[in-house]
Amino acid sequence: MRILVVEDDKDVAGFVVRGLKESGHVVEHADNGRDGLFLAASEKFDAIVLDRMLPGGIDGLHILETLRGQKNAVPVLILSALAAVDERVKGLQAGGDDYLTKPFAFSELLARVEALGRRGNSEGPVTRLKVEDLELDLLARQVRRAGQKIDLQPREFRLLEYLMRHAGQVVTRTMLLEGVWDYHFDPQTNVIDVHVSRLRQKVDKPFPVSLIQTVRNAGYMLRAEPV
Amino acid sequence: MIGNILLRSAGFRFAVIYAALLVASAFGLAFFLWWSTAGLLDRQTEAAIQTDAESLWEHWLEDGMRGLVATIEDRVAQNIDDDAIYLLVDPQGRRVAGNLERWPTAVAEAGQVFELQLQRAGMRSMARVQRFDVPNGYHLLIGRDIQLRLQLRALLKNALLWAVTVVAVMAAIGGLVVRNLFRRALHSVSVTAAAIAAGDLAQRVRHSGRGDEFDQLADVINDMLDRISRLMDGVKQVSNAIAHDLRTPITRARTRLEDALLHAATREELQAAIERATADLDDIVRVFQALMRISEIEAGSRRSSFERIDLAPLLRGVEDMYGVVAEEREIALAVEVPNQLNAYGDAALIQQAVANLVDNAIKFSPSAATVRLSAVVGPTGIEIVVTDQGPGIPKADVGKATERFFRGESARSTPGAGLGLSLVQAVAQLHGGALRLEDGTPGLRAVLFLPQADDAT
Repeated sequence: MRILVVEDDKDVAGFVVRGLKESGHVVEHADNGRDGLFLAASEKFDAIVLDRMLPGGIDGLHILETLRGQKNAVPVLILSALAAVDERVKGLQAGGDDYLTKPFAFSELLARVEALGRRGNSEGPVTRLKVEDLELDLLARQVRRAGQKIDLQPREFRLLEYLMRHAGQVVTRTMLLEGVWDYHFDPQTNVIDVHVSRLRQKVDKPFPVSLIQTVRNAGYMLRAEPV
Repeated sequence: MIGNILLRSAGFRFAVIYAALLVASAFGLAFFLWWSTAGLLDRQTEAAIQTDAESLWEHWLEDGMRGLVATIEDRVAQNIDDDAIYLLVDPQGRRVAGNLERWPTAVAEAGQVFELQLQRAGMRSMARVQRFDVPNGYHLLIGRDIQLRLQLRALLKNALLWAVTVVAVMAAIGGLVVRNLFRRALHSVSVTAAAIAAGDLAQRVRHSGRGDEFDQLADVINDMLDRISRLMDGVKQVSNAIAHDLRTPITRARTRLEDALLHAATREELQAAIERATADLDDIVRVFQALMRISEIEAGSRRSSFERIDLAPLLRGVEDMYGVVAEEREIALAVEVPNQLNAYGDAALIQQAVANLVDNAIKFSPSAATVRLSAVVGPTGIEIVVTDQGPGIPKADVGKATERFFRGESARSTPGAGLGLSLVQAVAQLHGGALRLEDGTPGLRAVLFLPQADDAT
C-alpha cells in the first residue's frame, strides 16, 4: 500500500514511517499541514494517517474537509491526542474513516491502516466469504468448513464474518469490540479473548489446521499458516 | 462621582423608578381630577350662557324688544343665587335693561367669551360674559358671576398640590424602603459570593424561609455552587489520583527499564523487560483514559447527545458480551429484561455502566454462583439491578466504593484499578439518577436508577 503520514512529532512520525515500511508499505511523510494537504491532494494514496493538530496554520480536520470537498475518498485514519468522545465524533463527521487516540500501540495503527486500505479496494456487496476450506454464506447465514456445517450463535457468526472480511490481516481486540459489538470502551476483562476462544472451539478444534491465529501483542488473524 | 456610584446601584435605580412611577401616577390623577372638576365648571357656565341666549332670542322673536326687556327683568328678579348677569343696551350704548351699570369696554366682539372683572353692587367680582347682537343696533350681554367657582377652583388646586407634595414625600420614603429591602435580599447572595471568591467554597446563600423569588434565586445559586464544588472535588480527586495512584505503576515501569539497562545480560532479557514496561505503560494509559472519561462524563457535556433509546437490546447486548465470560467461570448469568425499555439518555454510556456492573459481579462471584441482571420500570424511573453472590461491600466502605481508585479488601486480589463504580456513578448522575449499592445477602445488589424524563421530548 502507498501510505501518507502527516504528523509533526519527529519521534512519532519516524516510528510510524519505519514501522509501516517494515510491514512492506510505501510511505510518504509530511511534517506540517501545508505539505500534507499538497501531497494528499496531488498524489494518489491507498490510505492517509493524519494527525489532527499540525503546525503551519492548516490542521488535520482542515486537510480532511478539503479532501472530502474535492470528492477525494482516500481512506483516512485520524491520529490524535484529543480523546474525548466529542472530538472523536468531530473527526468522523469531518470525513475520517477511523480515529485512533495517542498514545497508541503500533500494532493497532498498522491493523487499522491495513483494514482501511483493504476497504478502499473491495467493491460491491459480498454474499460469500471463503478462506481456505472455511466458507461463510452471508445470505443463508451458514458456515461450513470442509463441507461440514458449523452451528454458530448470531454473535459468533458476526465475529467470524469480521475475521474473514479481514482475512490475512491483523485484527486487534479494540477493532473487534468496535466492529462486532459496537463497544467504544475498554471492557476491562478479556472478554474478546473468551469470545474468540469460543469461536475456535467450533471452527478450529475439530479440524487439523487452525485458521484463527493469535498475534502476540496485537490481536488475531485469520489465515492457514501460524504467525 | 457620588451620582455615578448611586446610579450604578440597582437598589437606588429601583428606588428611583418606584418613586418616579408613584409621583407620575399622582400627577396623572391630580390632572384628571382638575380637568374633570374645574373644566366641568367652565363648560357648565358656557352652556348656561348659550341656553340663556337661545331662550332670550325666542322671546324677542315672539314679542320683540318689549318681550326681551320684560324677560330680562323677570330673570334678574328671579335669580336667587344672584350669579346671572344681563345687560341690554341701545345703539348709543345706554342701558335698557339688566343688572349691570355699564357696558364693559373689553367686550367688543360678538360671539366670543370674555372673562373679566366687574363692579357689581359695589363688589368686585369675576364673570364670564358673552356679547350677542340684537337687531336694530341693540347689544345684549349675557354672563355668569364665577367668583364662587373661582374660589372653589383655587381650593381644589391647593388640595391637589398638597396631595402631590405628600405623595412625592411618600414616594421618596417608599423608594428608600424599596432600596433597603432590595439590599437586604441581595445581601446574603453577595456576602456568599464574596466569601466564595475569597476561597471559602463551603459557603451557601441563606434562605429567608419565605420561599419567594429570592429564595428561589438562592436555591439556584446554591445548586450551582454544589455542582462547582463537586467538579472541584473531582479535579482534586483526579490530581490526587495522578499524584498517588499513577505513581506506583509509573515507578514500576521506570524501575523495569532502568533495571534492564543496568543488568540485562542478553538481548532477550532486554526485550522482555521492555515488553513488560510497555505493558505497564499501556495499563497507565488505560487508567488515565478511564479517568478522563469519568471527568468528561462528570463535566456533563455529553448531555447534548441524549436521545430516546430502548434499553432492552442494549442490556441484551451486555448479556451477549458477558454470558460467555460468566460461563467460562461456571457462573450463571440470568437476565430478566422486558421486551422494550424506553429511556432518554446516552446509550453508549448506559451500556458501559451496566457492563461495568456485570463485569464486577462476575469478577467477584465464586464459581457456581448466579449473577442476575434485571430491569424494571418503576413509577419514577427505570431500575437496572445487578446482583451477585460475592463478598459484597462492607457497610463502612459503601460510601467510598464509588470514589476513584478505591479498592475494597476483597478486591485486592482481583484485577482492576478501582474506577468501575466511579464511572457507573458518574453516568447515573449525568442522567439525573443514582447508583445504590445494597446488601444482597449474600453479595452485592447494585441498582442503577435512571429517572423517567417526562420533560425530555
